[in-house]
Amino acid sequence: MEYAIEIDNLTKKFGKFVAVNNVSFKIKKGDVFGFLGPNGSGKTTVIRMIMGLITPTSGTGKVLGYDVTTESEKIRSHIGYMSQKFSLYDDLTVDENLDFYAGVYKVPKNKINEKKKEILEMADLVGRENMITSNLSGGWKQRLALGCSIIHEPEILLLDEPTGGVDPIARRQFWDIIYELSKKGVTILVTTHYMDEAEHCNSIGFLYYGNILSLDTPNIMKGKIIDGDIVEIKVNDTLKSIELLKAKNGVGDASVYGSGIHAMTEHNTDLEELKGYLTENNIQVTNIKMVRPSLEDVFVFLVEKENKK
Amino acid sequence: MEYDIIISSMTKKFGDLTAVDRLSIKVKKGTIFGLVGPDGAGKTTTMRMLCSLLTPDSGTAIIGDHDILKESEEIKKDIGYMPQRFSLYGDLTVLENLEFYAEIYQVPRKVRKEKIEHLLEFSNLSKHSYKLADQLSGGMKQKLALSCNLIHTPKYLLLDEPTIGVDPVARREFWRILFELKDLGTTIFVSTPYMDEAERCDEVGLMSEGKIVKSDTPSNIINNFEKPLLCVYSEDNHKAKNMAQEEEYVFDAYLLGEELHVVADDKDYAINNLMEKFKTNNITVDSIKEVSPSLEDVFVYIIKNEKRR
Ligand SMILES: Nc1ncnc2c1ncn2[C@@H]1O[C@H](COP(=O)(O)OP(=O)(O)OP(=O)(O)O)[C@@H](O)[C@H]1O
Ligand SMILES: [Mg+2]
Repeated sequence: MEYAIEIDNLTKKFGKFVAVNNVSFKIKKGDVFGFLGPNGSGKTTVIRMIMGLITPTSGTGKVLGYDVTTESEKIRSHIGYMSQKFSLYDDLTVDENLDFYAGVYKVPKNKINEKKKEILEMADLVGRENMITSNLSGGWKQRLALGCSIIHEPEILLLDEPTGGVDPIARRQFWDIIYELSKKGVTILVTTHYMDEAEHCNSIGFLYYGNILSLDTPNIMKGKIIDGDIVEIKVNDTLKSIELLKAKNGVGDASVYGSGIHAMTEHNTDLEELKGYLTENNIQVTNIKMVRPSLEDVFVFLVEKENKK
Repeated sequence: MEYDIIISSMTKKFGDLTAVDRLSIKVKKGTIFGLVGPDGAGKTTTMRMLCSLLTPDSGTAIIGDHDILKESEEIKKDIGYMPQRFSLYGDLTVLENLEFYAEIYQVPRKVRKEKIEHLLEFSNLSKHSYKLADQLSGGMKQKLALSCNLIHTPKYLLLDEPTIGVDPVARREFWRILFELKDLGTTIFVSTPYMDEAERCDEVGLMSEGKIVKSDTPSNIINNFEKPLLCVYSEDNHKAKNMAQEEEYVFDAYLLGEELHVVADDKDYAINNLMEKFKTNNITVDSIKEVSPSLEDVFVYIIKNEKRR
C-alpha cells in the first residue's frame, strides 16, 4: 500500500456550523505533509477525526487501511500524536513521563529501557532524566513531548503545532529530529504557522475555512499561486507604500514582510521605475530587489485573495 | 528623549537559579521595545516584575513617573498586560468576552461598539462572535485574548509572546494595531519568538540567561553582524547542511526556509571549498553567494556564541 493516510470527502459539522467541508487528500508513506491554513480553518478538527476522537458527519478516512470511524482502536496503536498543548505531566520527571507513556502505549517491558535511551539521545535530554518537567524550558519540553509520542514506534505521527512558542534554535533542532524520523520511514502530518518550516515538507495541504484550496509540493504551489515576480522593498513608511503599490498598474498585491514589503508584480518588472514611482510620492526607498517567492508569500496572497471574495 | 520604562539592575532568583540578572533596559516614550531570547532567558519573569506580580530581589524599575516597588497601584491604572496564558471566559461568547473587558477597562460607551467591531474584523472573528470561547480553535482563542487586551488604550502595554499560534495574516493585522496604538502615544514592551516581528520594533533587546547581551535598533544589530553570511540553494540542502557543518572553516550552517545559511570566517575561502566539497559529493548547487543577514541569523549566531562560552 502506497498511502499511509487517505481522506475522502470528509465533513464535520458542529450544529449548523461547517468546520470541515468535503476535504480529500492522501499522504504517501514516509512523506512529511504540511497542513497549513488560517486560524479556525479546521486543521485540528481533521486531525481529531483521523485520531478517531470525534466522528465525521460524512465522508471516510483510512489510516494504514483501517477506517477512522469503525477501527479507531487499531489505528491508535500505529499513531503518535502531539497536541497544540503538550500533554505532559508537569510534576513528574522526564524519566517518569517516558515511563508513563510507555505504559499507556503498552511498550513491552524488556524494550522500555532501550527505547528510553534512544529517545533521550534523540531529544538531547541525556543528563536531564531526573528533572521535574515543569522546570524544563520550552524547547526541552517540546522535545520530551515528541519523545513521549513516539515511544511505541508509531508508523504515523500527527503533530499539531509542535513548535508554537519555541525559540528559533530549538525549532531547528526539532526539525532535525523530524527528518531523521521521516528518513526511517515514519509518515508525518504537521501543522504550523511558521512558513519557513513548511518549506521543508514534501507536500502541503492548504485549508481555508473548511475547504482544501491547494494540494501540492511547496515549489509547484509557489508556481501556481505566485503569478509574476516578488519584489522586496524597504522604505521609511511601510503602510503608506503598500497603499501606493496596490494602486499601481502592474502590481498585483503588496503586503508587509518582516520589516519591509513584498509586492507581487508582473514578470520582468523594472525596479528603477518602481522605485521612482515611490520616490515621487515622497517615500524613501532604502532597498529594492527581486527575491524568490516563499511559502509565506503564498500563504498571505492566497488568504488575502480569499478574504476579499 | 523621554523614557517611559527604565529598568535598573533588576535581579530575581528562584532558589539557585538567577532568572533575571542585574537587568537594565530603557524604553523611549511612544516606541515599541522587543524582547527576544531563547526559552528560559527570563523574559516572562521580567514582564511579571514590571506588572508587580513578582517583586525583584534587588534593583527596581520606573514606569512613567512611578516606581514599581512603591507605587504599583498607580501604575496598574495605566498599564495593559497580556500574560502568556491569558484566561478567557470559556462559557461566555466571543462578543460577551469583549464586552466584559470593555466594562472592566471602562472603555467609554460611545466608542465601545466601534472598537469591538474593529477588533472583530482584525481577528476575523465577526462570523464567530456568537460562539462560546471554549468552542474556538487555538489561534482564534489567542486572537480573542489579544482583542480583549487591545480594547482600551493604555499608556503602557506589556505583551508576553502575544502571537503564538496566530496565523501569518492575522499576525500582520495585529502589528498594524500595535502601530496604531504607538501613534496614539502608547509605549509597548513585547516579547516574541518571531524574528520578523522583532524586526518591526524600534529597539530590540536580546536576552540570554537573565541578561541583555545586545540591545539596539534592528538595523544596527543587523549591520554590525561581524561575519560573512553565505546563502546556498542546492538540490539537496539537508545533505549540503550536514556536509558544511563538518568543515572546520564553517562556524555554523543551518536551514532557513528554502535557504541554507553558512556562517564562515573567510567568504572566498568558504565558497571555493564548499563548492569543491559539494561537487565531489554530487550535490548540484544552484547558487552560492554572500547575503545580508536577517535578525534571525544574528540571533542564532549570538545565542550559539553565548552557549559556547
Ligand atoms: N466543539 C465545537 N463546537 C463548535 N465549533 C467548534 C468546535 N470545535 C471546533 N469548532 C470550530 O471549528 C472550526 C475549526 O477549528 P479547528 O480547531 O479545527 O481550527 P484550526 O485550523 O486547528 O485553527 P488553529 O490554527 O487556530 O489551531 C473553528 O471555527 C472552531 O470554532
Ligand atoms: Mg489547531
